[in-house]
Amino acid sequence: MKLVYFAWVRTRIGHAEEDVALPDGVATVADLLNWLAGRGGGYAEALARRDLVRVAVNQEFAGPDTAIGDGDEVALFPPVTGGGAMEGSA
Amino acid sequence: MIRVQREDFDIGAEIRALTEGRTEIGGVASFVGLVRDFVDDGGAEGSTAIRGMTLEHYPGMTEKMLSRIEQEANRRWPLDASLIIHRYGALAPGDNIVLVVCAAAHREDALQACSFLIDWLKTKAPFWKSEDTGDGGRWVKAKDSDDALAARWEDR
Repeated sequence: MKLVYFAWVRTRIGHAEEDVALPDGVATVADLLNWLAGRGGGYAEALARRDLVRVAVNQEFAGPDTAIGDGDEVALFPPVTGGGAMEGSA
Repeated sequence: MIRVQREDFDIGAEIRALTEGRTEIGGVASFVGLVRDFVDDGGAEGSTAIRGMTLEHYPGMTEKMLSRIEQEANRRWPLDASLIIHRYGALAPGDNIVLVVCAAAHREDALQACSFLIDWLKTKAPFWKSEDTGDGGRWVKAKDSDDALAARWEDR
């Protein structure tokens, strides 16, 4: 499986992408995040606030129950912040 | 039409190219997002000056999401033409970030579709801003107010 990371998920983990072999029992997005967090270090740090991490499977937004497999591209990133200065006051 | 690019864009040229020879168009609405030189910190702390920002995106998914958002606008309003240009890379205060243009026979369709597009792309297109405040970059947090602006279009 190809994993890609963006923004502070990328800087905390320390690299932009990697190929991983999924261990048995990792069948959903939630399983994957738990397994990655269990690697410790930057992975644990990036995944400490699970509610702030968004996931895309094959470039489609995905939820915790989305099924994943070895041929998939899974992206982990923070909530998106594109566009121009149209925000209300913070 | 959507474009994701590092280069700047010429707003006048883009609108002319979109409307040229299209005499069925009665109104053009546009939104241009710029890099501000400050960020609101809220409360008594006031604001922090920023020297610039870097926009990162997810190549492939960005184009896919922008195309889908544009298709949705065209499904909801009778547009004659539409355009989204979003930049990435290093940008300075005053630089253009994003351009949204909608053209329609009637102004209300163009204005509403333009407002919809900018609200939706802010919460659905995979871009992330890192602001340079002078002591290194800091990642911009997503705002609840942006989610609220996008959500008002959900049940349509």
